[in-house]
Amino acid sequence: MVSNNIIQVENLTKAFGDFTAVNAISFEVKKGEIFGFLGANGAGKTTAMKMLIGISRPTSGKATVAGFDVYKNPDAIKKNIGYMSQKFALYDDLTVKENITFYGGIYGLSRKQIKEKTNQLLEELGLQKIVGELVGSLPLGWKQKLSFSVALLHEPKIVFLDEPTGGVDPITRRQFWEMIYKTAHNGTTIFVTTHYMDEAEYCDRVSIMVDGKIEALDTPKKLKEQFKAKTMNDVFLKLARG
Amino acid sequence: MKRFIGFIKKEFYHIFRDKRSLFILFGMPVAQIMLFGFAITNEINNVDIAILDHSKDTYTQEIINKISASKYFSVQQYIANESSIESVFKKGKVKAVLVFENDFSKKLIKENLAKVQIITDATDPNTAQTISNYTNAILQNYQKELNKNVETPYQIITQTHMNYNPELKSVFMFVPGVMTIILMLVSAMMTSISITREKELGTMEILLVSPLKPIQVIIGKVVPYIFLSVINAIVIVLLSIFIFKMPVQGSLFLLGIESVLFIITSLSLGILISTISATQQTAMMISLMGLMLPTILLSGFIFPIASMPLPLQIISNIIPARWFIIILKGIMLKGVGLLFIWKETLILIGMTLFFIGLSIKKYKIRLE
Repeated sequence: MVSNNIIQVENLTKAFGDFTAVNAISFEVKKGEIFGFLGANGAGKTTAMKMLIGISRPTSGKATVAGFDVYKNPDAIKKNIGYMSQKFALYDDLTVKENITFYGGIYGLSRKQIKEKTNQLLEELGLQKIVGELVGSLPLGWKQKLSFSVALLHEPKIVFLDEPTGGVDPITRRQFWEMIYKTAHNGTTIFVTTHYMDEAEYCDRVSIMVDGKIEALDTPKKLKEQFKAKTMNDVFLKLARG
Repeated sequence: MKRFIGFIKKEFYHIFRDKRSLFILFGMPVAQIMLFGFAITNEINNVDIAILDHSKDTYTQEIINKISASKYFSVQQYIANESSIESVFKKGKVKAVLVFENDFSKKLIKENLAKVQIITDATDPNTAQTISNYTNAILQNYQKELNKNVETPYQIITQTHMNYNPELKSVFMFVPGVMTIILMLVSAMMTSISITREKELGTMEILLVSPLKPIQVIIGKVVPYIFLSVINAIVIVLLSIFIFKMPVQGSLFLLGIESVLFIITSLSLGILISTISATQQTAMMISLMGLMLPTILLSGFIFPIASMPLPLQIISNIIPARWFIIILKGIMLKGVGLLFIWKETLILIGMTLFFIGLSIKKYKIRLE
């Protein structure tokens, strides 16, 4: 790969019977950027993302992630990406440490690596005191941070975040975005879906999906200029109203 | 492989931290075996019966003596005519009435044939059936004794208004049934619930995005339950040997292999259920209604298949438990080898392959 694009998508389409959830979208994501993948609920964001992370087969079109083809090499993609779902998806009946060990384990990290990672991560998050607590007893904000850290355990090239801030308060959301910045700063590409338009302002570039198509794609600043809007929310409203 | 061990370890954490599933896993088998073994026993002791003797001769007297000498019956009263039968039953004093026909001895000697009628209180069908079994056995014995020194054999014909049921004799018969149900419950219901739980929590998605292959995820979820089911099977066999003094007649090795086969059949059903249900509740309902009920009712565990209406008999063929119970009874009670149960074994293997194939197909559709 000579190109600087870590994700390359051309005319990617997913149809369920007569319904086309994702309609020939094309875009690329550059290495190290924070790419916002925006759209209302049901616009096709999650479906599009599922094709990129290799758990849904595209109907047609081309896509490569981390240099690997989504049709031919989904297993290679899986090793190179991290994923955090909107449900945070940690095991409530396992302790913080057990969760970390488990997820490290399924990504093939050695025991030594897991130990190092765990210590480093707990320190960063300030979770040392509750390492033995069951995750079920933690507040949502902590679960969210832990879930994000777990997605980064195996040092993926890209991390996919599916509505990572759903249901948490604005302060926690802000803190979470700081974590995202830090991660991007260290060279990891961030692909994040959200329907909070204010969060779009934090992204390097955003795409906005409406009814299965990408209707706009640029930096937040240029999009606001283009649509003569003050905030991303206005941009979105103008787009959604057609 | 190391990933795999980590996965299985996690699965055991889930099981051991959930009190409810622990109870189902280990409390249930012991409780059920005890319940069926002690409380719901089919054995009878000192059952009160009444006698209506129309002949009052030596033979009838001898039979009555035999019956009252057995520990199973005690003759509570003698009644004089048919019309009193109804009333003694209504009073609830006796469970059965034995009616000897007129000129019992005469008929036995002249025609070599005499009749006894056994009328049982069928409000308690199990006991009623057992009573008729036991009475029959006593009469048969007596007949054999009589015929020892005679050229033309005497025949005592018994008429029962209940169906003779050779299946229900004693607690021994319950052990194979309970074992089947427990293995089915643990393997199918627990796995289907534990897999759908991951779906509900969203962790299944994470697992599918990870480098683990879907098949590894499923096997990882299933292995702990194979292990626990085997332990359960061992506990049940030990309980039946040491508490109920029920020896396993056949090969323990064969018993083990067949049990593992049935465990895998049940697991594949559990996987199938998990592919078609989105929530733990659905999985549990399908397991209970779709598996447990047919297993209990149609497998021949409680109700003999031969006495079911034809449509139900046909349906019972697709119940895996039916075949496993035959296998278990064969090995545990009759001591037969593979030669006699290869057909049932093949059926179970075929069913397992079918369920696994179907699950794989469903699983793929879901991933699309």
